[in-house]
Amino acid sequence: MNIEGILYPAVSLGGLGLLFGAGLAFAAQKFKVDVDPKITTIRDLLPGANCGGCGLPGCDSFARAVAAGEAPVDGCPVGGPELADALAEVMGVEVAGSAKKVAKVICNGGSDKCKEKFIYNGIQDCIAANMVNGGSKSCKYGCLGLGTCVTVCPFDAIEITDTGLAKIIPEKCTACLKCVEACPKNVITMVPYEQEVVITCNSNDPGKVVRQKCSVGCIACQICVKACPEQAIDFENNLAFINYDKCTNCYICVEKCPTKAIEGRLKKEEEAPAAV
Amino acid sequence: MSISSIFIILISAIFVNNFVLSRFLGVCPFLGVSKQVETAMGMGMAVTFVMTMASIITYVAQRFILDTLGIEYMQTIVFILVIASLVQLVEMVIQKTSYTLYQSLGVYLPLITTNCAVLGLTILNIQNEYNLIELIFHAIGAAIGFSLAIVLFAAIRERMELADLPVVFKGFPVALLTAGLMSLAFMGFMGLV
Repeated sequence: MNIEGILYPAVSLGGLGLLFGAGLAFAAQKFKVDVDPKITTIRDLLPGANCGGCGLPGCDSFARAVAAGEAPVDGCPVGGPELADALAEVMGVEVAGSAKKVAKVICNGGSDKCKEKFIYNGIQDCIAANMVNGGSKSCKYGCLGLGTCVTVCPFDAIEITDTGLAKIIPEKCTACLKCVEACPKNVITMVPYEQEVVITCNSNDPGKVVRQKCSVGCIACQICVKACPEQAIDFENNLAFINYDKCTNCYICVEKCPTKAIEGRLKKEEEAPAAV
Repeated sequence: MSISSIFIILISAIFVNNFVLSRFLGVCPFLGVSKQVETAMGMGMAVTFVMTMASIITYVAQRFILDTLGIEYMQTIVFILVIASLVQLVEMVIQKTSYTLYQSLGVYLPLITTNCAVLGLTILNIQNEYNLIELIFHAIGAAIGFSLAIVLFAAIRERMELADLPVVFKGFPVALLTAGLMSLAFMGFMGLV
């Protein structure tokens, strides 16, 4: 046995390894990319759901955008105000004070209140049903209740009620906007979490047509517009809109609405309307 | 060595002995990174660069270290060391110089480290006793062949996504069938050189 047989391979391989290692260490120094430490800090704070609710592809991009000042610190809908505060601290800015929003189905016309056009036996999916003459519901603006939003919701925050309406649980909703995008009827909107008074009708039909089809639709009477002490209700395309910045949740419109198309319990489910 | 011999090496590496479809080397990225033509092209470019550089460096290592010391049996492990270090270096340089390219290549760049097409190429270079110029062209040919195969495959797979297939064939089964058919098709080049 000769010693070279062991020495040569060991030394040459070790030498090569050392050489490459040193070269890489040198290259790592020379080509060092300075990653903003803020990016890593922000990324660690984010929920990591990668839901895209902020409008950017994933939490990594959002962290980079925030660090670069291109995205607002309160841009993450999942994290909510707590996260916004934490991010504002990292970035050294003040939160603009935008409230947490939740998705809301603005239709109350369940099977007991809104008439059906025909019996739908097709694929149990709103998008498919919507292709068949706009679905079986007589009101073409209403919630079909076949649960496409339930399927896309990553947070299990939507359920279908007994009357065939999608219902979003505000406590679970993280405002990722997946259901808003998926809904073929565009009957889901974003409403501030604190907002209690919401108009639960999406119909742009004139009052007479609405009255024929649904017992809880907005019949475009504009009583709420006149009744509102804050002038917080606008009226457009046969449908009333609440300006959430002005609304004080006084419940006057809820009481005045002749068809009960304004719902006064987004947050406080069972509380008496006159409580505020 | 003449122009014609270089041409033969090039054509043979691209078509006749295509690394993926005839030698069945580098099948992992071929199947893994071929869902979109764009990423397939990025992978092809990264592989081209690494193959060419690795061929030159391993040739030097073979001639001046392994052959001189008479330890040719250390070839595989030394070559892997060379390729791994090289990929690391390429990754650093790309990250520094072109962040967009770095992002689009993503995880595939470090994956080249374990790409057997690169190791296979460097060993074939030595086995075929190519000189420096020949092996550079062999590397370029191999890389073009790899890129060609993966881009063609990605284009077919993009179309396959839209095709109305039986459920059992959807996704990977049909991709494997396609790869097999492509390999058969490339057999048509046999006897060209």
